[in-house]
Amino acid sequence: MVSATILVPAVLNGLMNGAVYALVALGLTLIYGVLHIINFAHGALLTAAMFAAFFAHQLFGLDPYIAALFLTPLFFLLGYGLQRFVIGPASHGEDRNSLLVTLGLAVIIENALLYAFRADTRTINLPYAFDVVEIGTAFLAVPRVVAFGAAIAVALCLWLIMQWTDTGKAIRAVAKEKLGAELTGIEVAHIYAVTFGLGTACLAIAACLLIPSYYVNPDAGNAFVLIAFTIVVLGGMGSVVGALLGGLFVGVVESLSGLYLGESLGQIGIFVMFILVLLFRPNGLFGERV
Amino acid sequence: MVAMAVLAAVPLITASNVVLNFAVMVLLIALVGQGWNLLGGYGGQYSFGHAAFFGTGAYATAILQMRYGVNAWLGFGVGIAAGALVGAAIGALSFRSGLRGSYFALVTLAFAEVLRIIASVAPITGAGVGTLIKLDLRPEAFQFQSRAPFYWILLGLVGASLILVRVIEGIRFGAYLVAVRENEDAAKALGVDAMIIKLGAMTISAAITAAGGCFYAQYFLFIDAGIAYGPWISVEALLAPIIGGIGTVFGPLLGALVIKTLGEVTKLATGDAPGLDLVIYGCVLVLVIAFAPRGIAGVVDDLRRRFRSNATATPAALDHGRG
Repeated sequence: MVSATILVPAVLNGLMNGAVYALVALGLTLIYGVLHIINFAHGALLTAAMFAAFFAHQLFGLDPYIAALFLTPLFFLLGYGLQRFVIGPASHGEDRNSLLVTLGLAVIIENALLYAFRADTRTINLPYAFDVVEIGTAFLAVPRVVAFGAAIAVALCLWLIMQWTDTGKAIRAVAKEKLGAELTGIEVAHIYAVTFGLGTACLAIAACLLIPSYYVNPDAGNAFVLIAFTIVVLGGMGSVVGALLGGLFVGVVESLSGLYLGESLGQIGIFVMFILVLLFRPNGLFGERV
Repeated sequence: MVAMAVLAAVPLITASNVVLNFAVMVLLIALVGQGWNLLGGYGGQYSFGHAAFFGTGAYATAILQMRYGVNAWLGFGVGIAAGALVGAAIGALSFRSGLRGSYFALVTLAFAEVLRIIASVAPITGAGVGTLIKLDLRPEAFQFQSRAPFYWILLGLVGASLILVRVIEGIRFGAYLVAVRENEDAAKALGVDAMIIKLGAMTISAAITAAGGCFYAQYFLFIDAGIAYGPWISVEALLAPIIGGIGTVFGPLLGALVIKTLGEVTKLATGDAPGLDLVIYGCVLVLVIAFAPRGIAGVVDDLRRRFRSNATATPAALDHGRG
């Protein structure tokens, strides 16, 4: 048995990672909950956001946390445009088609990044990247603590937007009853695009939180998205609370299985959990709607 | 028939390895795509993880030969059976849990990824190094001096898959399969055992795709986890039928020809630029879905119909057009 001095830091680190996973999953679950499509381009968009954060730092010397202020609205617009002008019109309202369109977008974005930046792995050096804070017996890297706090704050903001703003109410209305919402004068295509934009904006924030302690290459986002799929299925497709709790849970599971089973098997652990949940609890553990 | 005869003559016309290699890749994707087409095109179950079957076929062939000294032809057969078995297992698990649409796409993707990770760490697959099949240029060992026999064998496999799908189209099983695609609940209400039908389609589909994997291993004599179970093959397996004409017998072949030609043209135009060919595939995929959801076959069909209705503009045809 591993003693508490190792276990506690492992759990805390798991929670830190889990919060970022949750942020990625939040975007995915929001899009699924409202549009009822699985966005296979999510990973590619995350990679794109990570590259954007990387170059904001390389070219303009912007700290990733400041870059988030610009990248978040930018990616909101990108997501809005993608849904409004590409995914929506191209899929003719058929779920099967939107599945393929997002897959096509993923292939395009990923390989365009590969073409532009080659397969090189890049990192940025920040003065605070290796600072740590001490919590009990655990030493936690500052960027991760920041990521944890920011991810929770974003999730809270998103929840507030969904609960209290008119747009949030419209999104929930469309998610529940599309036709009914349309009849009350809500423009469904617009709400769809706003939702997709919000989901993509979450990725921009996640990317800016990740880049100080992580690397970027044209494949970087995919690792997160498979985890995010697991979280989304675990938390119940379309559930914001589920995504948050699921993210934290998966972060801890990953950290602990890495501790006990080693890195590569820990990776399989997530997939196996994913398949098991898909097979036996496809509605998730907290299967509520947005 | 005519098309097959023309294709069969290709090695007789040219001895160029470049041309034959290209033709082999087209046929390979056509075969793998035909497997996807049966399940996705006729059955409406979109798999994003056909690499699971391709890779299983490839690894089974390679491992049986290299580690157990099994004859290559026998290994080929076992590889197909192994692929079918994996298909049946994944199908049984996911259909029993009622996974459809996006969920089915996700779970197939996840299975392929699990197999890829296992293949990249397990000792029996050669882990990260991959598996080499020893060079042994005898027909008994399923290896040939020239590429032509490979090509004919592959052409035979593609021909067999075309005939198989054509036959399935005509029998009750095929009709049930299409019924399940169009409306699973209605089909069930009419007494179709959707579970068995989907499972059957998935098993045959996996076997066809696994045959492609077996052939790949035998032709290139090398596989690793990224080749055998990588997402590229899952993507090409679905691209070919969708671009060529989803749920049509010749769609995968047509689509494979188009995407491989596009890939070659891109390579010629831009030099060896990694990723650019896939960017173009992605664009074609989105454009086809947006503007020609029934693929090239659908476009040809529409054009032919329009042409015919113009040529024979009898009053009856006009009336029909108006109605």
